[in-house]
Amino acid sequence: MKARLHAVAVALLLVVSGCSAGSTASVSAGPDTLSVGFTAEPANFDFTRTDGAAIPQALLYNVYEGLVKLDADGHVVPLLAKSWTISPDRRTYDFQLQSNVRFSNGAPFTAEDVKFSLMRVKTNWTISIKAAMDVVDHVDVVAPDHARVVLSKPSNGWLFSLTSRLGAMFSPTGVADLANKPIGTGPYEVASRRRGDSIVLKANPAYWGRKPAYTTVVLKYIKDPTALNNALLSNGIDVISAITAPDSLPQFQGDDRFTVVQGTSNSEVTLAMNNARPPLNDVRVRQALTYAIDRKALLDTAWAGRGTLIGSMVPPTDPWYEDLSQVYPFDPAKARQLLAGMNLNLRMRIPNLPYAIAAAQVVQSQLADVGVRTTIEPLDFPAVWLKQVFTDHDYDLSIIQHVEARDITTFGKPKYYWGYDSKRVQQLLADADSGTPEQQVAAMKQVARQINADAAADWLFLFPNVIVAKAKVGGFVQNQVSESFDLTGLALR
Amino acid sequence: MTVKVLRRLAILLVSVLVASIVVFLFMAVLPGDPAQVALGVNATPELLAKTRAEFGVDRPLLTQYLDWIGGVLRGDFGRSYVTRETIGPQLLDRLGVTLWLVGAGMLVALVIAIPAGTFAAVRHRKPSGAGVSGLSQIGVAIPAFLAGIILVQIFAVQLRWLPSGGWTPPEQDFGEFARGLVLPALSLGLVQGAVLTRYVRSAVLDTLGQDYLRTARSKGLRPGQALVRHGLRNASVPVVTVLGLQLATLLIGAVVVERVFVLPGLGSMLLDAVSARDLLTVQGIVLVLVVGVLLVNFVVDVLYTVLDPRLRGS
Repeated sequence: MKARLHAVAVALLLVVSGCSAGSTASVSAGPDTLSVGFTAEPANFDFTRTDGAAIPQALLYNVYEGLVKLDADGHVVPLLAKSWTISPDRRTYDFQLQSNVRFSNGAPFTAEDVKFSLMRVKTNWTISIKAAMDVVDHVDVVAPDHARVVLSKPSNGWLFSLTSRLGAMFSPTGVADLANKPIGTGPYEVASRRRGDSIVLKANPAYWGRKPAYTTVVLKYIKDPTALNNALLSNGIDVISAITAPDSLPQFQGDDRFTVVQGTSNSEVTLAMNNARPPLNDVRVRQALTYAIDRKALLDTAWAGRGTLIGSMVPPTDPWYEDLSQVYPFDPAKARQLLAGMNLNLRMRIPNLPYAIAAAQVVQSQLADVGVRTTIEPLDFPAVWLKQVFTDHDYDLSIIQHVEARDITTFGKPKYYWGYDSKRVQQLLADADSGTPEQQVAAMKQVARQINADAAADWLFLFPNVIVAKAKVGGFVQNQVSESFDLTGLALR
Repeated sequence: MTVKVLRRLAILLVSVLVASIVVFLFMAVLPGDPAQVALGVNATPELLAKTRAEFGVDRPLLTQYLDWIGGVLRGDFGRSYVTRETIGPQLLDRLGVTLWLVGAGMLVALVIAIPAGTFAAVRHRKPSGAGVSGLSQIGVAIPAFLAGIILVQIFAVQLRWLPSGGWTPPEQDFGEFARGLVLPALSLGLVQGAVLTRYVRSAVLDTLGQDYLRTARSKGLRPGQALVRHGLRNASVPVVTVLGLQLATLLIGAVVVERVFVLPGLGSMLLDAVSARDLLTVQGIVLVLVVGVLLVNFVVDVLYTVLDPRLRGS
């Protein structure tokens, strides 16, 4: 059969193109080149003014570095800061900096750059997450290798946000054209890009830390999941950064040319309920819906069983994680009892994305079993969904991935599209931010339990982080905890 | 003749103007706020208002349109909401990719259709002619993206002879460029070739039944000679009409095929821009596509008069 396929193929090719057969399609460069496939392409290189996950995914930790970074387990560890101390009132942070660090344009990295970068978030950044830096009162340059940051109030969230793009260190000599020429202290620098196709990173020869194993990394942007899989199967790329269609995994698992790495992510697939509007402003209705949905079956059907059941807005890599997935077991009888006498017809307005559509169909049929009718309305994402559901709160139910780290804090914002307004949760979140790490963990556990008890939403499952790579490539960060696709630990096996 | 061409040219210009208004109005009624999409989920109302002002989308529609079309006439397509770069150079770059694709697809279609169609016509009473005709029928039924997916499965995934997608600029590595273009051009061209085969067949068949061919034969020309000298030029008039329509179809088909083969052409740029509500970019691309189609029609109209002297007089 294979021989006949060959013969037909040869004939076709010779007839139509006259192309010589027999050459192999492959990545065009040598063993220290790595080609990684992604689905979402950065619009430009300036994450200070353009939002979206794609830019920090490519640049953070690879091209830009911060004072601290997140390790694979979600702990804050040193990067450009060798160490740091926190004052007893938890408002003053003293960072001891690495010496002999230079930006890729040759400028030395000093405490002046720390001050410049942190203060610049307030003045020049436009993306909305910059609000996390509002708490910075001022930055003192104590010595070239010693920066002191003084906060206006204690904030645990602030140090954590330094591990994101907000903590990236810039040089005053390197911010003239951020959209096209990013200049950081990281192990890679941007060599070239072809819009709609790829970005090429080259190792920074003057890097202060451990040299990366791959001197050239090509980031290939392939929007279609099937085309992405085909690119790996046909040697066009070496790594798929994240599998977006789980049913495609068996073709890689059965093949010893490839290795599949699965971990957790920060991305909670959430059934949002409009807490501010009848009938879902009634806690019994929200609880009933939560009892009515068999999340295990949903995960198996919608996402091939890959993912984690969580029960609240906390992934296992956060320090305050507890498994709350069994607080509301699947219990249709109880759901019917809570809904007795109600005649519900809900609008499920979801983004037109594969996971949301798959999950919405399961939710619809399970809710129908307890007598709740739903209409699924897929909306163009991001544009229409953002406008109508997220901004105008025009929905009863929605299903979307909440991808940001520690986004449980959104339940402290009554104006957020959840419409959830709990004074207790708001107070607990404030306490957690200002307390010691131990107090923070205790308070955050309370938050997670409270929103679960209130059925403020239904956390259907936690998205898996699935990387597929050629067997020779190793050293991946298994759990996706940061905003970065961290290339620095990759190694040849 | 000159008058006729000038009249066609006038129609072309008016069509472009009307098209630009239609395109602009479509963008204006599309739901979704470009400022919201650019700023993401945590945007504050103040920031949204500021960004809308920065993009200029808070101004009256007429002002926005005149501003835009004025710029386009000077070659300035504006600055993208998303990439914050000027759109013109990017558009030109992507257009190059799409033109290579469409050109190669057209070439494949012609290389298949002219011999196959003529063959099917000359032998229309024989099984071989009917066979070619039947094959083309099947080809017509297969959409380009499906052809693309099948070709990738065979030649890229199973046999690993050709890349499954991606783009290498010809000036960088011509061999790699050509290898990358084979499968996309085939998936576009095979289908169009099948369509075109049927038109070539019927046009040649028509011509074969004409009196002047019989006259040519009676003067002593062999069937092949008669067809080549007297028949093909006459058969080409309806084929050119279809060719013009097909070029437009190819442009649209390229949008889909570019996605399947991950080619950074106008099509993938258009899809990205639509989903990011990068309206200025969408407007620019659609305008270029519309102008492209109108230009092809214009060229076809002019070609008629070149091919058929009878059409020159009126």
